[in-house]
Amino acid sequence: MTVAVGDSPKAATFGPLTREMFVRYAGASGDFNPIHYDDGFARSAGFPSVFSQGMHQAALLAGFAADWLGADRVRRFAVRFREQVWPDDVLTCTGKVVSVEAGSQGTIATVELLCTRQTGGVAIAGSAEFLVDE
Amino acid sequence: MDTSLEGRTAAPFTMVVELGKVREFAAATKSTNPDYAGDPGDHPVSPGTFLMSAAFWQKPENSPFFGVELNWHRILHGEQEFVFHGTPPRAGDVLTGVARIDRVYEKAGKRGGTMTFTESVTEFRNPAGELVAESRGTMIETSQAAS
Repeated sequence: MTVAVGDSPKAATFGPLTREMFVRYAGASGDFNPIHYDDGFARSAGFPSVFSQGMHQAALLAGFAADWLGADRVRRFAVRFREQVWPDDVLTCTGKVVSVEAGSQGTIATVELLCTRQTGGVAIAGSAEFLVDE
Repeated sequence: MDTSLEGRTAAPFTMVVELGKVREFAAATKSTNPDYAGDPGDHPVSPGTFLMSAAFWQKPENSPFFGVELNWHRILHGEQEFVFHGTPPRAGDVLTGVARIDRVYEKAGKRGGTMTFTESVTEFRNPAGELVAESRGTMIETSQAAS
């Protein structure tokens, strides 16, 4: 596919998030920290309720990027965790191409990615590299 | 900060990339991408963060932090990175993972205090011994309790 600096896909939204989604991600990933599914445990730790696994949002953002540029073409995906994500949050994933350069395997597109809460706060800041031309 | 942890390497573990777990992971992350949806006998590619599920294949001694005293209530997961030296793992692949503590360093916190960064990396190799993927996590220990 042809990819150019500045390209940006249609944003994707997820949510309102539910506790069921946190539980399903726990089962899929093996992250069974009860702070993500047991409200009593979360409150005893000083939080108002359970909150989502950071890697859950990261997985949503990785899926968004893969839907855009190809699941088999990702060569690097990296995230920084910013704000926590809570039940009933609505997340929006966005991205844009910031460079297209020749690499050892072929042409690599580097993209910047954001997963943003309905408040405008950034939950996850990410970047990724995709092989766009062999 | 304990830089003597750098290089601490855990025992290797075997991970099988299973079709059912690939499908479960994709479904749990609301993906309808057909690239992750194989029928029996297919070898669909795994999602970009699927290697987190290596947790199911790791015993305590497969963690480079096994036996290390850490102040876990002050530790946050700050960053995570996956590098693929080719197409990401496919269902049916058998990988050998080895995790090690790669770097320990300090930075000044924005609100004062010191933050200690500990990067651990798990290298995944195929049966031919070729490095196919790396998963790198950065843990941040704050000088105050994490919130």
